[in-house]
This record gives sequence, C-alpha cells and structure tokens, in this order.
Amino acid sequence: MLRTNFVAAAMAAAYALPAVAFAAEDADIRAIREEIKSLKEGYESRIRQLENRLQAAEKAPAPAAAAPAASSAFNPAISLILGGQYSHLQRDPETWRIGGFVPGGDEIGPGNRSFNLGESELTVSASIDPYFSGYFVLAATPENEVEVEEAYVMNSGALPGLSIKAGRMLSGFGYLNEIHAHAWDFVDAPLVHQAFLGGQLKEDGVQARWLAPVPVFAEVGVEAGRGANFPGTGRNSNGLNSTMVFAHLGDDIGASHSYRIGASYRATRAQDRAYVDTDSPGNEVTNAFTGDSRMWGVDFVWKWAPNGNPVERNFKFQAEYMQRREDGRLAFDTAGANLSDGYRSRQSGWYVQGAYQFMPRWRAGLRYDALDSGKVDIGLVDNGALGAGDFPLLAANDPRRATAMVDYSPSEFSRLRLQFSRDEARFDEGDNQVFLQYVMSLGAHGAHKF
Amino acid sequence: MKTWLGTLAAAGLLAAHVAAHAALNVFACVPEWAALATELGGDKVSVYQASNALQDPHRIEARPSLVARMRGADLAICTGAELEAGWLPVLLQTAGNARVQPGKPGFLAAAELVDKLEVPARLDRAEGDIHPAGNPHVHLDPHNVAKVALAVTGRLQQIDAANAAYYEARGKDFQARWAQAIARWEKAGANLRGRKVVCHHKSATYLLHWLGMTEVMNVEPKPGIPPSTGHLTGLVARLKAEPADLVMRVAYNDPKATEWLAQRTGLPLVVLPYTVGGTPEAKDLFSLFDDTLARLEKAGH
Repeated sequence: MLRTNFVAAAMAAAYALPAVAFAAEDADIRAIREEIKSLKEGYESRIRQLENRLQAAEKAPAPAAAAPAASSAFNPAISLILGGQYSHLQRDPETWRIGGFVPGGDEIGPGNRSFNLGESELTVSASIDPYFSGYFVLAATPENEVEVEEAYVMNSGALPGLSIKAGRMLSGFGYLNEIHAHAWDFVDAPLVHQAFLGGQLKEDGVQARWLAPVPVFAEVGVEAGRGANFPGTGRNSNGLNSTMVFAHLGDDIGASHSYRIGASYRATRAQDRAYVDTDSPGNEVTNAFTGDSRMWGVDFVWKWAPNGNPVERNFKFQAEYMQRREDGRLAFDTAGANLSDGYRSRQSGWYVQGAYQFMPRWRAGLRYDALDSGKVDIGLVDNGALGAGDFPLLAANDPRRATAMVDYSPSEFSRLRLQFSRDEARFDEGDNQVFLQYVMSLGAHGAHKF
Repeated sequence: MKTWLGTLAAAGLLAAHVAAHAALNVFACVPEWAALATELGGDKVSVYQASNALQDPHRIEARPSLVARMRGADLAICTGAELEAGWLPVLLQTAGNARVQPGKPGFLAAAELVDKLEVPARLDRAEGDIHPAGNPHVHLDPHNVAKVALAVTGRLQQIDAANAAYYEARGKDFQARWAQAIARWEKAGANLRGRKVVCHHKSATYLLHWLGMTEVMNVEPKPGIPPSTGHLTGLVARLKAEPADLVMRVAYNDPKATEWLAQRTGLPLVVLPYTVGGTPEAKDLFSLFDDTLARLEKAGH
C-alpha cells in the first residue's frame, strides 16, 4: 500500500510538474522513468497472471462433487474380452491329432470350421482390503458353458519382493502360458503348448515369487497345486500333487532392447489319464497312463523398439523349448482286455516366433513349431503282448507347423487378424488353415505384462 | 546346499545393508519428474528415470528392468491421471514394494496436485483414449511444476527425516529460482497470446493454456487414434476456412503427419521438446521451458 502511494506520488510528480522535471537532473528523471517502467511491467505481468487464472477458473469444470458415497464407488474394475474367428480348414478338424503324442486334453486343435465364437472373458478385479487383492476371470464358451478361467487372491505388496497368489491361475511355466490368449500374437497356442500343457495350463494352488533386490530383474518362484489338469489328473490324495520351480532374469540393453530369459521345472502325477486310440484290427480303444510326468523348459523373449518407443515400430521375438519325461504304467483297452505294463517316454518340442509392427496399427508375424516324439518305451510292446500297431498314436513322428499372420489394431482395444498355417501335426497329411479373427476388449483394461 | 543358502542369505543381508545407507532411491516414471527430483533432492537422492523424452508416456512397456528398479524405490513419482495406466500397475503389482503403493508416502501422483484441464464430460471409449481424470500432461504449465515441487519436497522430508533441513533449503531455493523464471517466461511469451495452434496430440494443452494460445484442432482425430489420410486432408480443408498460426508436435510424436500438414498448408512447424531431453537444449526443467519458448518465438517470425 505504501509502495502504491509512493508510485502514485511519483507519477503525479512526473506528469503534473514538468517544470520541476525539466529542472531536475537528467539522471533522476531516468531513474524515475525506469522505476515507473518496471512497476508498469510488474503490474502488467500480474494482471496477465490474474487474467490467466480467471480464464482457467472459467474453463475449469466445477470441482467434482465429493466422491460418491454410494456403495457403487467400491465396485471392482470390470472388463470384457470379446473374440471370434472364421476358420477355413482344409482337412476335417475331427481327424486332427498331434501324431506321436498322447492327446493333451479337449481344448486343443484348430477348432471348428466356419464361424466360431471365441471364449468371452469377463474379468473382475479389485483390492480386497489393504492386504489383499482379488482377480476373477469367467470364460463363457461358445458351447454355452461357463468356466472359471482364473480366480485368485494375492497379497498387496506388504512382503518385500514377495508376491503370493492362491486360487486358480495360469501356471507360471515358461513365457506364453501366463499370458492371456487375447494378448497372444497368433490365433492359437504353439504345438508344444498343445502337446504338453493342454493348450494353456491352469493350476489350482499357490504360487509364490520373490524378486531379488538388485538392479536387474531376477525372480525365482515356486508353484504347488492339485495338478488336476493335463498332463496331470485329479487324484484322490492329500498333499501337493504338482510342484514347480521357475526363475526369470531380465534387463534392458540400451534404450531400444529388452529381454527376459527363464527356466521352469514342473513335476506332477497322472492317475488313469485316459486317451482314445485304435488297436491293430481298427477298433477304438481307451488307454490310460498312470505315473510321473516331469517337464522342464526354457524361454526367451526379446523386444525391440527404436529408443524404446513402440508406437511406430517395434519387434518382439520369443522362443520356448520344453522337454517332458513320463514314467509309469500304460493300460491298454481299459474297457476290454485291460492289459498293463511299464511306460516311459522322453519327448520335446519348441517354437520360435516374431511379430513386427512395421507401421502404426499394422503387424506381421511368423512362427515355426516343431515337436519330436522322441523315445517311447511301451512295456506291452516290448514284452510281445501287443504290437506297435496297437498304439498307432504313439508311433514316431516329428510334427511341424509354419504360421504367418498379419494383424491390424484400430486402437489398443481392438484387433483384427488374418492367419495362415501349414499344419503338419498329423502323421501323414498336411493341413492348410486360414483364420480371420477379431479380439476386442471393453471396460477397464489392465496393463499388459512384458 | 547349506553353504549355498548361507552365501545367499549373506548376500541378501549385504544388499539390504548397502541399501539402507545409500541415497534415497527415487523412481520417476517420466523425465520431468526425474529432473524435478534431482533439483529438489540433490546428492541425497539417486534418481532412476523410467522413460525418456522420445517415448510416448502412454505406451511404455512394463519391462523387467523397470520392475527391478521399482522393487528398490523409496519414492515413486509418476504423473497419474491414468497417463501410465498401461504399465505402472504391472510394475507396482509385481515389484512387491510396500513403500511405493498408492496411498503410501512413497507414491506421488503429480496430476492429483493440480487443477486438470479437459476433464471429459462423457466417458466412452468411442471418444478415443480419454483420461477420466482429465488431461494428464500437466507439467507444461510451470505453475503446476511449482505445486508438484512443494509436494515432492514434503515427501522427501517425510521419508528421509534426517535430511529434512537439506530438502527444505533446496526446495526454497528452487521455488525462488522457479518463480523468477516464470516471470521471465511469461514476459517472453506475452506476444504468443492468442496464437492458434494445430497440435498432434493433446500433449501441450497446459502449455497453450498457460501462454494464452488456442488449440484449434488436433492431428489425431481422437486422442490416441493415429490420423488417417482422409482425416489429414480434411484438416487441410478446415485450415483453409479457419487459418491457424502454427502446426506443433512434441518430440515423441511421429513426424510424418505434422510435416505433411505443415507442407500442405505452408504453416510453420514447431517441434517442442515436451520434456527434459526432448531436444538437445532441454537439459533440465529450466532449459526445457527456455527452449520451448525460444522455439515458439522462432516460429512466430
């Protein structure tokens, strides 16, 4: 206030008394002018600021009403994945088998011909309290069945570096198994997943991971559960029916490259794990395996994006190798002859794939699958009770598949994909498969894993 | 086996010991908050910058290296308002670090501290990649930076009480220098008022608002949706009817669309650093704004 008065006085002095001004020293006048100028600028800048603030106040929406007190404010995040495809399959999908391998459950293979609705996945997730959070995925199948895809609770970071999940979850074996199908780069799972993990292995159990407190990503984990899904079976026994350990290591190389490598080992048991084959006269028979099923695998994923900005262009490479050993007894024709003797197999498989986003929205990808039916010792054949022709599905084979795809993503919530596969999983004949697929997500969309 | 476990335990203890005595670890989601943490924390903090100026902050991969760094963080400074929604939740969930969970003193979401612009009235993904909390690119109004700086100083003092006086002094010094700089920038930017701008994405909204410039249209038809040729041709026609003064993009945007548009319309094209490191000149928060204003000035003449 005092300052304002002074300015007013100074201004009055400067303008009202020019005679005095003329008489005064030039230096004084200059000084006064300077001061007036700087004050003027000061006021102008403050007025500008006020104008800006006023404008902001006018533009800004009314302050949001206090968070709604209704109980709906606690509603969890909900998202829905819608997917479907048109499949053109050269060979009858009923005849599709992975030759040389015991079939891995019902959810494998190229699916039906013509239009197919995919699984519609409803995801619900939220914090439960300060200590736990929950996650639930319900899949409605095109056959109008509802499946609990995942349902687990996990701790909310209170234990240093330790994440513990309990419930039903996608098993942490390898890399791709843990990723939801809607985020895959191809329509279907690699053959090695179809042969060894039933497409995608789910475990009812507990998983614990520990992230080491070091500047690179180094994680170890254990998983234990009921092991009810292929390659295990539900067994009427207490304790841990499947156990697994895994380790991951990852880091960046410069700004543009990042990678993760991993290794997993899983042991489970099967009890009367049945599959259908044909005996040498051509009758359909049901055989069953009982014994240990142990599997190990290594996985590698590498991502590239110029300067780490994947918006324009990026490339993702991934590869996995798995080997499974089964050791136990194989029963032949459980409904009829019901012969049983030892069984031992060592089989392996791998895939490599790459997906390149060559311009915004567009990606192209290639994948190559290979399996090796390896070494299979069937006691009933070795002891002469039956011939190799009684186990045609277990004859030596090296299934192969080559796949190419191109996909277009109008936004990060929608994707259209065209895929062509030359599938040589059957013993003698190849199959040309064309898929046209859509995958869309609506509602809250969670962040994707690496 | 026993010796192996023993060695592992010893290594773990050693790591914990070293961590306890080292500088405060700050995980900054984006470069502007890394620069701010460095200004305010000095040599008492060790700042990890999770992304760089050439990366679109909406689209960072939740890379293993980021998870590892989040694991050891004492303070995470992110933008919030869903800017990092595509990657930050994975980091927080998988890092297993209780100190930096939202709601804890170790997690700071900058956008929560300022008044946000463009809060959508209608939440529908048909509107593109919109942010329910409002436009998240808040740091390009330096007044917002000052508010965030106050909060960062507060958090540093809270987490590292032993050095509270140090942070207090650094904070005061920064605020004084920042206020002077704002006065300088506002004086320099006064003649930019009223300029009409075509911006690639709504990433400079706060800057334009602060300087009194107007964003007349965007190159993206809707937030996060890349422009089609048809949309760009439409923009050229609209710009003939209602001319603008300049075309603008930030360092991480694809150059093609704005270059094409500038060429077709003859409008000057300005590439702004957007954040620290976006241009060679934008080395810290002060030079970020110096360079931004210099580039805008240059395009005006």
